Amino acid sequence: MSSEIKEREPLFSAKNLRLIKEPLNINNPITVQVLGICSALAVTAKLMPAIVMAISVMVVMAVSNVVISLLRNGIPPRIRIIVQLVVIATMVILVDQVLKAFVYDVSKQLSVFVGLIITNCIIMGRLEAFAMANKPWPAFMDGIGNALGYGVILIIVAFFREFLGSGTIFNYPVIPQGFYEFGYENNGLMILPPMALITVGVIIWVQRYKSRELIEEN
Amino acid sequence: MYSNGYIFRYAAIMVIVAAALLSTAAMLLKPFQERNMAIEKMGGILSSAKIEGVEKEETIIKFNEYVTESIVVDQEGNVVESLIDGNKEDGAAFKLNMKKQLYQKSKGMDFNLPIYKVNKEGEVIYIFPLLGTGLWGPIWGNIALSDDLNTIVGVTFDHKGETPGLGSEITTADFTNQFVGKKIFDENNQFTSILVVKGGVKTLAQDLQIHGVDAISGGTITSNGVNDMLQYVIESYLPYIEKQK
Repeated sequence: MSSEIKEREPLFSAKNLRLIKEPLNINNPITVQVLGICSALAVTAKLMPAIVMAISVMVVMAVSNVVISLLRNGIPPRIRIIVQLVVIATMVILVDQVLKAFVYDVSKQLSVFVGLIITNCIIMGRLEAFAMANKPWPAFMDGIGNALGYGVILIIVAFFREFLGSGTIFNYPVIPQGFYEFGYENNGLMILPPMALITVGVIIWVQRYKSRELIEEN
Repeated sequence: MYSNGYIFRYAAIMVIVAAALLSTAAMLLKPFQERNMAIEKMGGILSSAKIEGVEKEETIIKFNEYVTESIVVDQEGNVVESLIDGNKEDGAAFKLNMKKQLYQKSKGMDFNLPIYKVNKEGEVIYIFPLLGTGLWGPIWGNIALSDDLNTIVGVTFDHKGETPGLGSEITTADFTNQFVGKKIFDENNQFTSILVVKGGVKTLAQDLQIHGVDAISGGTITSNGVNDMLQYVIESYLPYIEKQK
């Protein structure tokens, strides 16, 4: 977090690329930092809302990271949290309005959860921990990286929940009718929020099996 | 360090910039959002008449195809305006602000209400838009009556922000399908409305069961809202309904 960016650094230097790569794996906001869980449970019953949510979070996170990073030298420390919140809230309302104008159905499905991006701790966390102390470009990369890390988990969870819970992918039936005739049934439990938590748990398990350094001592 | 004056100036400029940005965006996007809402309103009217499987893209065409007449009636049931030919979307009925009209009714002033006549494969269906209050905000919908103006063909409900999983269940088919075939008048031609009954219709007397549906468990206030909306708004249409009989 305390990485001082030197001048004249190439745009895609190893250090900058790490800002994107780390949140995807060993520093994932959901599976490692365990932030933003509530929206991960709420919007992952189907793939489409999950993807729209991931894109919305990415836009909000990247833009507000850049804005805060540009303002970082002028923000009075005493009101910095308020400034961060105003930037996030403005972005979220903009995203909400755009969704209402162009993908009305999805915006109805996401309902309050778009508004609740404001309270997504990942975004506040990145603004406070990273954008306040870094230049715009690394802040942008950091925002994209963390949103990707968040989005990837959302999409994996949504894939399994929609596939096992409704037997569809993007609302297209993928399980052949023959299976149902043999007595296969969609698992209604997958649609319910608890299974999202369990799916996230399984992802955390698989990830720690692969990246041993994440396993805590004791 | 930053002075208090700086902090105040900073905060003031920040909120002005944010407000300007948001109001510009709201103004630019409004036409698109209103378009979506109009399409949704048409979809609701069509599906209350049990016209199923209408794709979003063809809603406007289908709406004009099925709706043969859009009518505005006043509080005495007189037809104020009737649109038969032309785009129903531009008709006075479609543009009528029900909230304002029902407010005028509550103040004892004159008011107008919209009605849509649908021709579904030869069957004439009357559709009456509804508006009321739920627990957290407005609820609205449409009730479709067959040409005896008594039997319900179908209903749709929608809401601004009822509790997910509880009050918001009024939009589901499980709830709305109960209305199909129910009657709003009894044998003596007295208006009974449709009762949304807590504890289930089976608790009603035998002869009342045709006028009742089950309320939603955990959604009492929303269910009561639906009950009151049906009572209050259909009542306002009664003069027109009596004249048509």
